Amino acid sequence: MDRSGSFVKVLLSMLLLACASTLAAKDSAIEMLPANNNVGDTASLQRGARNFMNYCSGCHSAKYVRFNRMGRDLGLTEDQLIENLMFNAETPHDTIQRTMRDDDATRWFGNPPPDLSVVPRSRGINYVFNFLQSFYVDPDSPTGVDNILLHGTSMPNILWELQGYQKAIFVEHAVEGGGGTELVFERFEPISEGSMSADEFQSFVRDTVNFLDYMSEPVQLRRRAIGIWVLMFLGVFLILAVMLKKQIWKDIS
Amino acid sequence: MARIESEIGAPKGGLIKWIDDRFPLTKVIKEHATEYYGPKNFNFWYFFGVLGFFVLVIQLVTGIFLTMSYKPSAAEAFASVEYIMRDVEFGWLIRYMHSTGASAFFIVVYLHMYRAMLYGSYKKPRELVWIIGMLIFYVLMAEAFAGYLLPWGQMSYWGAQVIISLFGAIPVIGDTLVEYIRGDYSISDITLNRFFALHVIALPLVLIALVFVHIVALHKVGSGNPDGNEIKDHKGPDGVPLDGVAFHPYDTSKDLVAIIVFLIFFCAVVFFAPEMGGYFLEYANFDPANIRVTPEHIQPAWYFTPYYAMLRAVPDKLLGAMTMAAGVVLPLFLPWLDRSRVKSIRYRGWLYKLALAIFTISFLVLAWLGTQPATGIFVMMARVFTILYFGFFLLMPYYTVIDKTKPVPERVVWHG
Repeated sequence: MDRSGSFVKVLLSMLLLACASTLAAKDSAIEMLPANNNVGDTASLQRGARNFMNYCSGCHSAKYVRFNRMGRDLGLTEDQLIENLMFNAETPHDTIQRTMRDDDATRWFGNPPPDLSVVPRSRGINYVFNFLQSFYVDPDSPTGVDNILLHGTSMPNILWELQGYQKAIFVEHAVEGGGGTELVFERFEPISEGSMSADEFQSFVRDTVNFLDYMSEPVQLRRRAIGIWVLMFLGVFLILAVMLKKQIWKDIS
Repeated sequence: MARIESEIGAPKGGLIKWIDDRFPLTKVIKEHATEYYGPKNFNFWYFFGVLGFFVLVIQLVTGIFLTMSYKPSAAEAFASVEYIMRDVEFGWLIRYMHSTGASAFFIVVYLHMYRAMLYGSYKKPRELVWIIGMLIFYVLMAEAFAGYLLPWGQMSYWGAQVIISLFGAIPVIGDTLVEYIRGDYSISDITLNRFFALHVIALPLVLIALVFVHIVALHKVGSGNPDGNEIKDHKGPDGVPLDGVAFHPYDTSKDLVAIIVFLIFFCAVVFFAPEMGGYFLEYANFDPANIRVTPEHIQPAWYFTPYYAMLRAVPDKLLGAMTMAAGVVLPLFLPWLDRSRVKSIRYRGWLYKLALAIFTISFLVLAWLGTQPATGIFVMMARVFTILYFGFFLLMPYYTVIDKTKPVPERVVWHG
């Protein structure tokens, strides 16, 4: 894909966020960028699986997802699975468990980090896509960061090395129909550079959420493929049924 | 066809005779299929009875297969549904058929009931058909409500919490009753288990029995038709209604077309949009039930939202629950509320047409309001449309009497 328009994209997205923030209060819905991921893109899914196992699976399980099924769907051999993705699993028919122990998870974060098997289906894929890019530095937070989409999140910004740190710019707005002012999110501003460009980072996140999307319903591609045949069959069946009905009814006057 | 007729008509021997001597096989087939006569002028609205039956079969069959892999326990229910979606061969298809089937059931049943309102199907002599049908609707609501808890998602849990707590509004016995329904002080593993029992055994048994009685009652009085006259009033010398056609093969061949058209819509949802934008499978229900986290926005499944809007339109909990219950029960009395001399909307005056239009809009707006937060303008709208909804039923004895009706033709209107 052509990446030359990244500045325009970032600009536009900031403009979009700015526009949205004028409408939205601090805690209300913020205009989100579309994830535009493609579950049919196997290479992207493979990269996403790599990202997930490297960056997410330390704390998050995906306990309904089996390695061997994932391998089949992603075009990976069992050896590739074992060498590249199965860091903490014994056999390919194991499911994805997190490395962190339960009592540690509770002690460190209050609540254990949620299982990610079906998260895109409850929050929406765009939410996850934007969430991962919306951490900003907040010295008051125990993790040093907060997230514009989920204030007070106990999740640290584990992708900071790639993204770099950013700060959030809030502006004061008068509260509508009442006295006083409130802080409204306007935009992000980078503080430090990450190892990836803004564009590289976004496609990194896109691959990762693409994999999450796949995991939330592994059968989705096959479902649509079968659906086309089912509808074509029903179309033919319909023609025959209409002809049969006409034949039977032709003597009714 | 011809072969079957000759077998039924001619002196029989062999297996059929052996059975007929012991069981009224041929007699039943004749009475309810090959010599059961329905009006030939059925239109689009008359398909939803057979479609309701068809969806019932889908739900029973897919339900049986789901039960083979589902685990009715608070610890395992959510995981077992994901197991069905991922590890059971074609489990996803069975599950989506069942979840889509639940919504399809209500769409079909609502349209079936609406047909009755369009063409006065509930009027004499079909009052009992209508009452049994309304009982089916009530059992279906209970069945859907019990089934909705089983995936044990956030909306399953909190939707059930809200609705069950309504019984707590009943004076004196309320709190005890709520505990009896839940079997616990909150919705728990025990509640899930008993709802499972109700959903897979008790209510389906009642449902099947009622559907059977519904059809028996219908076949006793015969089907109505869009003109609202009776085909039995004009019979030929052979005793066959002149405007009637045999259920088999005429209606069966027509119904087959309807079933396939239905399946095209049904499969389009199952295969391409099983969540149906969060209406057939609600997004919040993909989070496992969590007693410590209340979702921001609790709403029942879409098919309950008209009544849910009525509940929230009334500020008092008990009065709200009573309003909702009245909204559900009122249609039961349609056969006696409607005093019009004609059945079909074709021959009714503008007054009934206007009333029915207001009812239709009210029901749809209330359905939409039930999905919105109960704040400000939405509450006011819910109040207005709740009043209009009740007005349609409670004023019916008056406006149907003064409504100017047109003469009903003796025979059905038929355009070949």
